[in-house]
Amino acid sequence: MSNKNKLVVLAVVSLLLAGAFIFIDLGNNWDYALPRRLKKVYAIILTGGVIAYATIIFQTITNNRILTPSIIGLDSLYLLIQTFLIFVFGSMSFTIANENINFLISVGLMVVFAGLLYKLLFRGNGQNIYFLLLVGIIFGTFFRSITEFMQVLIDPNEFMVVQDRMFASFNNVKTDLLVIATIAVILVTLYSLRFIKYLDVLSLGKDQAVNLGIDYDYVVKRLLIVIAIFVSISTALVGPITFLGLLVVNVAYQFLNTYKHSYLIIGSVFISIIALIGGQLIVERVFTFNTTLSVIVNFIGGVYFIYLLLKESK
Amino acid sequence: MVDVKHVSKGYNKKNVINDVSVKIAKGKITSFIGPNGAGKSTLLSMISRLIAKDEGEIYIDGMDLTRCKNNDLAKKISILKQSNNINVRLTVKELVSFGRFPYSQGRLTKEDRQFVNEAIRYMELEEFEDRYIDQLSGGQRQRAYIAMVIAQDTEYVLLDEPLNNLDMKHSVQIMKTLRKLTDELGKTVVIVIHDINFASCYSDYIVAMKDGRVIKEGTTDEIITPSVLNQVYDMNFKIEEIDREKICVFYS
Ligand SMILES: Nc1ncnc2c1ncn2[C@@H]1O[C@H](COP(=O)(O)OP(=O)(O)OP(=O)(O)O)[C@@H](O)[C@H]1O
Ligand SMILES: [Mg+2]
Repeated sequence: MSNKNKLVVLAVVSLLLAGAFIFIDLGNNWDYALPRRLKKVYAIILTGGVIAYATIIFQTITNNRILTPSIIGLDSLYLLIQTFLIFVFGSMSFTIANENINFLISVGLMVVFAGLLYKLLFRGNGQNIYFLLLVGIIFGTFFRSITEFMQVLIDPNEFMVVQDRMFASFNNVKTDLLVIATIAVILVTLYSLRFIKYLDVLSLGKDQAVNLGIDYDYVVKRLLIVIAIFVSISTALVGPITFLGLLVVNVAYQFLNTYKHSYLIIGSVFISIIALIGGQLIVERVFTFNTTLSVIVNFIGGVYFIYLLLKESK
Repeated sequence: MVDVKHVSKGYNKKNVINDVSVKIAKGKITSFIGPNGAGKSTLLSMISRLIAKDEGEIYIDGMDLTRCKNNDLAKKISILKQSNNINVRLTVKELVSFGRFPYSQGRLTKEDRQFVNEAIRYMELEEFEDRYIDQLSGGQRQRAYIAMVIAQDTEYVLLDEPLNNLDMKHSVQIMKTLRKLTDELGKTVVIVIHDINFASCYSDYIVAMKDGRVIKEGTTDEIITPSVLNQVYDMNFKIEEIDREKICVFYS
């Protein structure tokens, strides 16, 4: 099967699943259930696509297939911001209750953090991307520690709100955010398009990329900002779920068996959508909401991760 | 011409390149020789902007390297590093096609394909062109990388130990190819090479490096002498003339 046909198959499966998700057991609940389900599917497609895209770019510029962008600490920063806001202002304050404002604060701070991190690292030359990862891991751990510290001190009722935000879930997607998130995703995607042609070359490594005429630092810095914005958006929409990216991008590599990002990106976006809608269907129909999608994703992702490690070490 | 002026580079406050100035003539083969750790690869990497220099300037055809546009440079100068590993699974043809990126930005034209096929033919890789590079022997892989550089079709071609992993037949073949690139296509070839006899038989100029400095440079005849080589390598060389080529004997 050619890669084009494979993409068509993925698109069809995505569509079928989305259709199943929307219409199964809909009955004559059209007025109430239909818009809700449509919004949910839309949120899933948006997050799934964004995570897949961010992860594939991240793996390409780090030349590493078992990393996810969460490694630079953005997920942990998100939880820290949420905990901090609840800790200081309370769960009823507008910083938490108004989703749009919360979104802007979270995304803004995450992007500022990523920007500062890169500024710090790219200022002196000779620093490589692995150093960035290392610093990111340290910050991530640091953020998690402060978060846990505040969670211990927090009022138990408020803690429920924090906990709610700690796990990714599509059961309570913040639909208020969809408009603003969509605008942001469209703008950033359009911006990132100009760099797509470089991705194939970047996957050959820094030296080859420079040899072939890519302004490496310029391009990588901008792609990292794009990644930061995407991770922030997806995290703010449904919670920390970037582990999903590792799963779907690797499945895409295996399924498509190509180095071309034009195929890989589209393929992994579809696979991501399939995984999320399929997972959500299982959550709703098999487990009847007794579990969340992130539990399933993390379980499958974890098993797959171990499989990857075992395979790589051979 | 490549003009390297007072270039220095240090790692951890220790200079590995010390105030090096050297001119590389256009349309010739220049070989860099010297013991391990002399700084040959470091210098080549700086000339090809893979690593930044600490001090000094490098001019290519009169243009300051740091002021050039990256994509323009990629059409002017190419480098093959001493060791290459690529994480991506590519066929030989796909790898060689990447050499055309500076021209096509990823969309190969008919002309690009011609260059690619030509380069594959030059390196006698036709029978492997659809094989994945991780399925090739070390020497075949090295030839695929060289083919990629040839497809890049730059005026200046920098090769760091291109004979790595190659058998005698293919070493000779590659040196002949490099000669052809300079003599017929007017390209400037710079190589780092440890096989002193290949350097002697095929290069126009030789630059000898040691401890981060250029200790001698000149035409091949000037450098392939017992006294110079003794100084570079701290060992005894005997030089014999065979078929009007200077051959070094140093195995005892
Ligand atoms: N990234 C690095 N960090 C620290 N030291 C380095 C680095 N790269 C090279 N060096 C040091 O710089 C010196 C010159 O290295 P270089 O690779 O240029 O030598 P070379 O002449 O190419 O040697 P060889 O013939 O073994 O390839 C060596 O002493 C090496 O240890
Ligand atoms: Mg070297």
